[in-house]
Amino acid sequence: MEALRDLYLTYQSTLGYIGLNSLLALSVYATLSCGQLALSNAGFMAIGAYAATLLTKEAALPFPLALAAGALLPALVAVPLGLPVLRLRGVFLAIATIGFGEVVRLGIVNWEYVNGAQGIVAIPQKTSLWMIFLAVAAVLFVMARLRGSKWGFALEAIREDEPAARTMGIPSTAYKLAMLVLGAAIAGLAGGLEAHFTFMVAPNGFSFGRVVDMLVFAVVGGTARYWGPVLGAAFLTLLPELLRELAPLVGIEPGPLRLMVNGLVLLAVILFLPNGMVSLPDRLRERRAARRAAA
Amino acid sequence: MSALLAVESLERAFGGVRAVDGASFEVRAGEVHGLIGPNGAGKTTVINMVSGLLAPTGGRIRLEGREIQALAPHRVAALGVARTFQNIRLFSDLTARDNVLVGEHRVRKASLGARLLLLPAAREEERRARGQALALLERIGLADRAHERARNLSYGEQRRVEIARALAADPRLLLLDEPTAGMNPVEVQAVATLIRKVAAEGHAVLLIEHNVKLVMDVCDRITVLDFGKVIAEGAPAEVARHPAVIAAYLGSGA
Repeated sequence: MEALRDLYLTYQSTLGYIGLNSLLALSVYATLSCGQLALSNAGFMAIGAYAATLLTKEAALPFPLALAAGALLPALVAVPLGLPVLRLRGVFLAIATIGFGEVVRLGIVNWEYVNGAQGIVAIPQKTSLWMIFLAVAAVLFVMARLRGSKWGFALEAIREDEPAARTMGIPSTAYKLAMLVLGAAIAGLAGGLEAHFTFMVAPNGFSFGRVVDMLVFAVVGGTARYWGPVLGAAFLTLLPELLRELAPLVGIEPGPLRLMVNGLVLLAVILFLPNGMVSLPDRLRERRAARRAAA
Repeated sequence: MSALLAVESLERAFGGVRAVDGASFEVRAGEVHGLIGPNGAGKTTVINMVSGLLAPTGGRIRLEGREIQALAPHRVAALGVARTFQNIRLFSDLTARDNVLVGEHRVRKASLGARLLLLPAAREEERRARGQALALLERIGLADRAHERARNLSYGEQRRVEIARALAADPRLLLLDEPTAGMNPVEVQAVATLIRKVAAEGHAVLLIEHNVKLVMDVCDRITVLDFGKVIAEGAPAEVARHPAVIAAYLGSGA
């Protein structure tokens, strides 16, 4: 019993981050599912984190309400952001949304009320692991219900050929906006949960690198299935922990190794498994079928 | 008979090139209307403008008297216009059935709330939609290919799935852009029969086609375009005898 408790305490933070990173990966997946590369989610996450923190710390609002507000506020911001930028395609949308993320971050840096670049510390710890995983389960449930529905097919149609989808009566702009708003709400929720999990928020936690991490989780896991991003987030969150245990055994410093291994994993996935980890079973089946055909 | 679709002095310029140059014609409810002409005559450009994918640089398009030339494609679709594409544009990762399900988007009365709350009403609606999609595939003779991904279908099969996908929206006006290109004679005959049946059910069809026999067989009336202008219009037999048409197809020096 004692040993189990120790194990839990040791890995509580890792488990929490598996869940938080899953949420963030799913928030990027929301827009990817209709073919849009929007990189505004670190900005949405920052808005959610700061909103929830100010509400619990300054306004003493109950935690669930603060979390809900932290999800709602970035969702509202996503509407006026999305209307103009979703007209942009491909890399231009990515650039415009990166710009949004930087505006949010720099806005916080220059906002004295929230201590600027110092950030806010001593946030009450209110996030439990079960809350994080309940949130992941809820998002996965929504994604699962969308898949195979009228709306899920519409998203896939937009991803594959937007003009053709529009001639089928699918209002593609409304769909893209809805997914940006959904992604913003998920990122904002993750932000509120993270702030009350690590007791602090600071603008450098919401830099461009953060949204790249989210994207890498989704790409490594694979976006052909809604659960792919969760797989990628779990794998890439666990990997450094494993390295930390293993590296000393072979006599290397784990610190610098971490970034290198992350980079290598991404490179390997893009080169050998372009559709991510979720495509591995299909790949193996095709391989085996090909070998059988050859034999 | 009143016109379902009225194209009035339609123009589209690409830079200095006038792809469509003041074309006017009408499609009546329940008729199969051919739109023919040599390559580059502007036929596909006309269909792209009617379906809202391309904005005209001049002229009007009316559907039952209502101007639609400034509407977005999904709004045109909502008024009952569906189309196929000359360069097949199926959703290649989706199965044949799911492509047809996308085509049903406009006519499906599903509720997102019911779907999220796992209500039986949602399951019932989906069962009906899938049933309809399969019935349409049956109609074009591809029921046995329903669960094959679109990209694994043969060229002719893909064209037929596109027709099924367009019919899934239960359109008042069906725009077919070279529906039989690349098909074998048996498949062409099947499509010809299908087009006649679709028209008999009250859908108007605007058909772009290079297969002259098919056009002569299935069309009630034909409009001939050349260099973006209407050079002849009428019943198939009249159009075939028209001197301007013969000149356009064979060259005026002949």
